Amino acid sequence: MMASLGAIGFGTPALLLALLALPVLWWLLRALPPAPVVRRFPGVALLLGLTDKEQETERTPWWLLLLRAAAVAALIVGFAGPVLNPQPARDGTGPLLIVTDASWASARDWPRRAERMEELLTEAGRSGRPVAVVALSDLPSGDALPLRAADDWAARLGGIAPAPYAPDADAALEWAQALPDSVETYWLSDGLERDGREALLAEFEARGPLTVFETDRPVLALRPAELSEGALVIEALRSPPATDATEVEIAAIGRDPSGVERELARGTAEFAAGDDAAALELTLQPELRNRITRFRIAGERSAGAVTLTDDALQRRKVAMLVGRDGREDLQLVSPFFYLRQALAPVAELTESPSIDDLLLTAPDVLILSDVAALGEVESAMVQDWVNDGGMLLRFAGPRLAASEVSRDEEDPLMPVRLRLGGRTVGGAMSWGEPRELRQFAEGSPFEGLRIPPEVTVSSQVLAQPDPTLADRTIASLADGTPLVTRKFTGDGQVVLVHTTANADWSTLPLSVLFVEMLERLAVSTRPAGMDAAALEGTTWTPQTLLDGFGDPVEAGRMAGVAGERLAEGRTSADLPPGVYTRPGGSLALNVVQPDTTLVATSWPARIPVERGAGQAETRLAGAFLTAGLVALMADILASLWLAGRLGLAGAGGALRRAGVVLAAALLALALAPAAPALAQEADAATETEAERDDRLALQATRNVVLAHVLSGDPRVDEIAEAGLRGLSQALFRRTSIEPDDPIGVDPERDDLTLFPFLYWPITEDTPVPSDAAYERLNRYLRGGGMIMFDTRDAELAGLTRTTPAARRLQAIARPLDVPPLEPVPEDHILTRTFYLIQDFPGRFTGRDVWVEASPPDAEFEEGMPFRNLNDGVTPVIIGSHDWASAWAVDRRGQPLLRVGRGADGERQREIALRFGINLITHVLTGNYKSDQVHVPALLERLGQ
Amino acid sequence: MSAAPGLPDATRLRSGAEALAGPLPPLLAEAERLAASVLPGGHGRRRSGPGDEFWQYRAATSSDPASRIDWRRSARSDAHFVRETEWQAAQTVTLWVDSARAMEFSSDRARPPKADRARLVALAAAVLLIRAGERVGLMRPAALPLPPRTGQAQLGALAQALAADADDRDYGAPDGGLPPAHSRAVFLSDFLGDLDPVEAALTSAADRGVRGALVQVLDPAEESFPYDGRAIFESMQGGLRHETLRAGDLRERYRDRLAARKDRLEALGRLTGWQVSCHHTDTPASVALMWLWHALAARETR
Repeated sequence: MMASLGAIGFGTPALLLALLALPVLWWLLRALPPAPVVRRFPGVALLLGLTDKEQETERTPWWLLLLRAAAVAALIVGFAGPVLNPQPARDGTGPLLIVTDASWASARDWPRRAERMEELLTEAGRSGRPVAVVALSDLPSGDALPLRAADDWAARLGGIAPAPYAPDADAALEWAQALPDSVETYWLSDGLERDGREALLAEFEARGPLTVFETDRPVLALRPAELSEGALVIEALRSPPATDATEVEIAAIGRDPSGVERELARGTAEFAAGDDAAALELTLQPELRNRITRFRIAGERSAGAVTLTDDALQRRKVAMLVGRDGREDLQLVSPFFYLRQALAPVAELTESPSIDDLLLTAPDVLILSDVAALGEVESAMVQDWVNDGGMLLRFAGPRLAASEVSRDEEDPLMPVRLRLGGRTVGGAMSWGEPRELRQFAEGSPFEGLRIPPEVTVSSQVLAQPDPTLADRTIASLADGTPLVTRKFTGDGQVVLVHTTANADWSTLPLSVLFVEMLERLAVSTRPAGMDAAALEGTTWTPQTLLDGFGDPVEAGRMAGVAGERLAEGRTSADLPPGVYTRPGGSLALNVVQPDTTLVATSWPARIPVERGAGQAETRLAGAFLTAGLVALMADILASLWLAGRLGLAGAGGALRRAGVVLAAALLALALAPAAPALAQEADAATETEAERDDRLALQATRNVVLAHVLSGDPRVDEIAEAGLRGLSQALFRRTSIEPDDPIGVDPERDDLTLFPFLYWPITEDTPVPSDAAYERLNRYLRGGGMIMFDTRDAELAGLTRTTPAARRLQAIARPLDVPPLEPVPEDHILTRTFYLIQDFPGRFTGRDVWVEASPPDAEFEEGMPFRNLNDGVTPVIIGSHDWASAWAVDRRGQPLLRVGRGADGERQREIALRFGINLITHVLTGNYKSDQVHVPALLERLGQ
Repeated sequence: MSAAPGLPDATRLRSGAEALAGPLPPLLAEAERLAASVLPGGHGRRRSGPGDEFWQYRAATSSDPASRIDWRRSARSDAHFVRETEWQAAQTVTLWVDSARAMEFSSDRARPPKADRARLVALAAAVLLIRAGERVGLMRPAALPLPPRTGQAQLGALAQALAADADDRDYGAPDGGLPPAHSRAVFLSDFLGDLDPVEAALTSAADRGVRGALVQVLDPAEESFPYDGRAIFESMQGGLRHETLRAGDLRERYRDRLAARKDRLEALGRLTGWQVSCHHTDTPASVALMWLWHALAARETR
């Protein structure tokens, strides 16, 4: 079909024969000079007898001929359908099977693959072949070969996306064996060699011709980051190992101190020529390192180019209060020796004799070993620190046993009361045997740890029997006396190990159990590397998952995963890569494991392999036709000029002008295809989060802006926006508040502190915000912001006591920092900030509107119409009047929705607007109307 | 002229001409051969001179002949007075406005044809002259000449005659009767046709003591010849044709010929004592009128 001429092919090459007619045209045009113009001219009397000097201009000038010939040639070529880089047409018959690996490695150039599939579908559609598109990573469940019309598949292409795992070889083979005979196969391979590929290949080949498509873009992947001697080592892989040296940028992504996810660090790994791996070493401060959630190869969109981090990289900061006595020589009996040994490789240790200094380093854990009592001030500091989430780990010892701490009354920094003196068993002076440990109880953080038989305890401090003692005991000796007790206080906890941290009282510090217990207490973190044994019997909940492109997605309601499966380290459809957590730790499952190697495919020579590197087809017909038409237009201008009809005065100038216009037109045509390309590039560079934040901040701070919280329901959001627009316009007209257009904000994402007022329409389906969003909302409320909740169902609420939206509002508002509320009292400031109003209708009337309760000691004073009420702005207003609907206006400023009936309805709308104006005035000016200076004037008006 | 002759057209022409003539002071034609051409009647010159109407008494000077002293007035006082009469004199001005087809040419739709401009200038001059009491007549090649008369009524007649006149020839010639001896004449034409009749008319007029002015009215296109390319040029009536392949090549030679023609008119003017001017239709009509006024008022120096 397609005749090809170098890089240009033609759809209908037969038309090119018409080019042969060009010489004839040349001759014809040459013979026909331009027709003369007949002009009436009185001065002709003076012309009589004058002869032309040159005769040969009777013929058309050569350049005009050339122009015309070029125009006609361009038109002929244009109609012949030229195509740049034509793709060889596939002219088979029968069903066509398009197989794509759709693995994480396909994601790197997925658009190119999708485009190729679209091309194939277009071709198949042209020749009417039935097509089936199958992703090996997501095999069809029913029919092995879901044949459909090509158009049908074209509409479904968007639903096929690369998966964050490799296809299952066995399942794929099983599927291929079920394929019917005589199917032509087109295989879009991801370029990685896998087990079972040969078998699959054989199955396809047995059923018909097979073509393989691969792109030349190398597969890049990241191995999990490892911590080695304080530096993070990240290894990047590539396949095939190209012969040239390239470098990739690796970005470390995590949360910044304000909780916003951003790039924390970046480094470059250099692939030497021919190498398939390159390592990057990053040395980061522990604070920064602990915040990293994942690494990513910059500019690479693939789950393999992302590696998530887990606790293995996080190092907790552990502070130890060391004694002031200088007994360094007795190392092995130092209470800190075993702690140091256990913690130094996996945690950042800080040691100091001063509690002040230790707390300044903001440690995660504070260890007090055989410290009896702290000073009063120090004790208060530590209590505050514990309440804020710190973990205090205490070890007993002779000093603690001898002290009066927590004897009669429970010390805040002790989990239990202690009995005097402690006890010693199995010592030289006692009868008993050293006690062994009892198996850890269910629910204890140590549950499942194996207790080595050699661990014995010979001395301990004893807890006073207490009703709470059983709850607080998390490990006990064989005789039931507590060994480890724990108490939660505030956000933190206090843990007491009833024996020493050295080997004086017990052999515990000598055993591996000691290390494991510290790990379970989250004092230390798990060392890198995870063995199946440690994971056995555990269940992990997915927290954040990766999609095929390496973008994190919320795990949602996915079920927990058994630890054994995680230990396998193989991602699959029901075990996507991501971060899995369980109490006391998190575990990252990555697409690329530390031992993964990338091997490029090698196809047998008999298989035709298409490389997608060639440029895509470009149809040139339009360009040629346009050029032809432009040339014809230029010809018209030139002919007019030749005939002297192109303006009377200054024909030369006219020609120059025409030339300029022509040149401009040609330039515009030449640039026309380039401009959209540029625009696309600009679009492709997606707006980063930070840019979006900046833009929002600029928009919100340029002027006062009312904002509404996006409810997720487009209709509700639209009305909310229209309502705030209407209110903004009314404010603009009537007051000196001149707000800009309202903005919809998402508390999950946007900085709320920029807005003085948020309107939050609540529907039954409004999602409950995440913790981060609650934090933002609470910060917003504490910072003086106001949220107006509107359940928009006053008419329903009148019939039943609670409505679904109201229940949803309760659910949403529960974690919010909302003060006690009361219905708006008659003398509330909202009734008089701008207008004097007594009710607050929206689209509905009647139900109460709730605001922050006035202080209980507010009293009516003699001669004063108003109580001296609370200072400041009520942080929330809760109602159900659907105010936004009453305020809503369309683009022309006309009311959008009907309110009430007739004139009464319009009155209600007006009052609703007045309430809105009062509200915003209140938000922006606070309670200045409470100032008594206005009282006489207000009294006078009230009296009327 | 293709437009139907009629009163509205004439009225329009006249009002245009009056508007043009408005800002100029009354034209006083200098009567060179006063005695020979003076005709009784007419309007006073608002200065002393020969005439019938009393103008003023003035004290006699020693140069006054005794016969001029008005004794009746002198008897009423001690001094001698001379009675002066108001100078009453009328000049005759004959207009010829070429109304041939060539005058209907205009190179631009926005520009008036030459004929319009010529008529307007002629009538404006007539308005000035009649306001000044002169007698104005019109030579009409195709009809009876309009005899020189004075008065506002004559303006109406002139306007009507100018609007009605149409000459079917390609190029016109001043052959509609001769101006009275020792009068003045104004010829307005493009002078693109045969110059011989013009020369004959001019010399015979000069022989009879007629002085005057030639105004050549040209379209700017006729001056610059802005044409290019292959073209056939036709006269307005179609009587003359000239084909060229490159009109642009003819430009220089055309201009040379036009300049030669202007030179010939100048020479003719020098020979006969007439003033010659060239007016282009893209310049304001008042320019032509000013020139004409000066030309008619100028003292003959040759």
